[in-house]
Amino acid sequence: MTEQKLVTPAQNTWCPGCGNFVIQFALRDALRAAIERGTDPDSIVLVTGIGCHAKMADYLAVNSFYAIHGRTVPVATGIKMANPDLSVICCAGDGDAYAEGLDHLVFSAKRNSDITVIVHNNRVYGLTTGQYTPTSPYGFRGRSTPAGTVEPPLNPLALMLSSGATFVARGCTRRKKDLEGIFSEAMEHRGFAFVDVLQVCATYFNAADVYDRFVYPLEGHDTGDFAAAFRKAREWDYTSEGPIATGIFYRASRPTLEETMKPVSRAGKVPAETIAKILEARK
Amino acid sequence: MGGKAGDGINSAGYLVAQILSHAGYRVYMYFDYPSLIKGGHNFAIVRASPERKGAVREAVDFVLALNQDTLDLHRWRIREGTVTICDGWQVKGGDVRVPVPDILREEGAPPVMGNSCLIGAFARAAGIRWEILAEVFARHVRKGLEMNLKVARRGYELSREYRAIRELDARPAPIISGNEAIGLGLIHGGLDAYVAYPMTPTSNLLHFLAENAGDAGITVFHPENEIAVMLMALGFAYAGKRTAVGTSGGGFCLMTEGLSLSGGAEIPVVVVLGQRPGPSTGMPTYTAQSDLHFALHAGQGEFPRLVVAPGDPMQAFTWSSLSLDLAWKYQVPAIVLCDKTLCEGYYSADIPAGDVPRAGGVKAGEPGPGYKRYLLTEDGVSPLLFPGAPGTLVKVNSYTHDEAGITTEDPTVAALMAEKRARKGKALEAAVAELPAVFTGGTKDAERALVCWGSTVSACCEVGRERNFRVVQPVVLSPFPREQFLAALGGTGDLVVVEENSCGQLEMLLARHGVRATASVRKYDGRPFSVDELSRRLGEVAP
Ligand code: SF4
Repeated sequence: MTEQKLVTPAQNTWCPGCGNFVIQFALRDALRAAIERGTDPDSIVLVTGIGCHAKMADYLAVNSFYAIHGRTVPVATGIKMANPDLSVICCAGDGDAYAEGLDHLVFSAKRNSDITVIVHNNRVYGLTTGQYTPTSPYGFRGRSTPAGTVEPPLNPLALMLSSGATFVARGCTRRKKDLEGIFSEAMEHRGFAFVDVLQVCATYFNAADVYDRFVYPLEGHDTGDFAAAFRKAREWDYTSEGPIATGIFYRASRPTLEETMKPVSRAGKVPAETIAKILEARK
Repeated sequence: MGGKAGDGINSAGYLVAQILSHAGYRVYMYFDYPSLIKGGHNFAIVRASPERKGAVREAVDFVLALNQDTLDLHRWRIREGTVTICDGWQVKGGDVRVPVPDILREEGAPPVMGNSCLIGAFARAAGIRWEILAEVFARHVRKGLEMNLKVARRGYELSREYRAIRELDARPAPIISGNEAIGLGLIHGGLDAYVAYPMTPTSNLLHFLAENAGDAGITVFHPENEIAVMLMALGFAYAGKRTAVGTSGGGFCLMTEGLSLSGGAEIPVVVVLGQRPGPSTGMPTYTAQSDLHFALHAGQGEFPRLVVAPGDPMQAFTWSSLSLDLAWKYQVPAIVLCDKTLCEGYYSADIPAGDVPRAGGVKAGEPGPGYKRYLLTEDGVSPLLFPGAPGTLVKVNSYTHDEAGITTEDPTVAALMAEKRARKGKALEAAVAELPAVFTGGTKDAERALVCWGSTVSACCEVGRERNFRVVQPVVLSPFPREQFLAALGGTGDLVVVEENSCGQLEMLLARHGVRATASVRKYDGRPFSVDELSRRLGEVAP
């Protein structure tokens, strides 16, 4: 199945100019590269949440679990624990990952589950027609906050670094080639890989101008230096205009959840014997 | 036996139960404790009888009191001939006064061994041979066996025989909690993984499976919250692993979105739902049967589900196993609805491991590009495959989807998928009809019936035999085994519904199936029916 098309015939319903297309093609190309490097296409599983991003499950011709809002990460963790031979990738939205599912994200980083989480961070709720999200700029005027948001945005990179993520990166849909490289590295990483993708939403928050002006690739940055990663992560506050670094901020090696758990199997176990043994001890 | 939280009353009660079991009796233990770690009043009531029982009576023959509360709060249980065995330093009065602190000091034993002194004194007072106590201690005391035996011996020696319990020659049966029975049933059903967040009364199921994970070959995981529990379980199941989760009402609230996902995406999961009184936090360590309608209706939208409510460890074992089988065969969520009384009660259990029916194999898919996860079939059940199958796409979807698992809002496909799920529900119903889904007990040929569900069945059966009632307990509540239920009721007139909630939840369910109760007995104070109370209350409505 090396010549797999990787795209389904499902009709695409994203708005013209949407950053999701860029993420889809970058991910498709990264998957193709991974398959060329030897990843079994049958072992790839994509988990999505709910929101514009989530249609990726319909559009990519890989195994998929189109889940519910905020719950990509626990589903992916379960799949990976159940079968560590699978390559599990989550596509989540920013509302998905940072609002409804924040606890899961923090815990997944903490436990270093060997999954890749790609957050389509368009900084607005698209499918529910334009409300602010946890990463919308301070003062963002959305349909639920016509007078502007009254709370500053979260910084997901700083948050993931504090939570123990072993791979923290940022990409931008205005730089497709770089994005593909980041996805490849994230999928290669052993452990919890997190990629915040600054995505334009053509309809509700088209920040293309800002990204074109301020996004720059990280160069000469030591990805093993946690303090430097943290400084870089906080360079931009998701509101002010100023340099926005993209690339791999941090990379570390730590035993994964699946290694620490030492996957167990029922192979060779006879339930009746286990039951008899336990019952004998209760006599 | 009573004392304060931290005195080890639960384990002491278990030892007393084991001693009686080794003397040839079938035993039942009820453990009552407030939601406190230290202090408060804890007590265990152990009942021994030649036949299996699953409820207590009000009066007791022996009191083992580690503190004054045990005597004061339970004075009403004491009658002519009751023998009271007390810690002489803590309690005023009593027949056998054991100077617990002196014994512990002289033997250099820690305070927690105080209850061994009383158990020793009890054994002597009950005329139980020392050898029986010694064997039970050897088998069941986990720490400091020598020392425990020493202090028990001191208690034994200073006591005397008051009320001899005749030794029977029956062999001891295992004594297990309802939680353990459920865990063993899940193992029997081929459990691969158990995911849970701690919550009384099912925390002990989590502990039990975690302790035995290695032997059973199961993955046991405790994640950040019940939302994660449910979604992780669905991830496990999607990848092909038989998975169960456990919780109580509050945690189940958080799981309902995942339950609906299970229903819509047709991913099997078993939920062990241990009831305790609500609403909200309610009384965390007490019992109730008030989540029946929650279990029957939880989750948005319409989808088939299995809901079973076992009443004793044997039913719990059988139906936990079957729940896993049926959930997988029909790709539906299954709920094992239990309660604190069953979960944390200890019972002599004759586990029917050999003859639990199996629901039959899972319909496996044919790998290849033509595979459709939601193939429309006659019985609504689509062949199953898991990611990793060669050349195959396995796509599951929370949205309304087509046969391949791709999102659709096409009205025709949407209707077809709703009908497919309904057909699956019918197939499940037919499978349930082939299983012993309704239990009959009490006076089986009586012309009036007690109808109950869950753990109250034991008290009902005992009262039913005394007061001439047939007892009919639907073990499966969804899909409701209507034909079996009506057959079990056949020939009865008056019908009294007994349940531990205030609204009559079973009664409402029966009404929906055209069965009208003539009277009801309800209890909702967090305590299970004792045999005496149920008998009294029943006398008021159906003399
Ligand atoms: S609403 Fe925004 S994110 Fe959604 S599809 Fe349209 S452009 Fe893309």
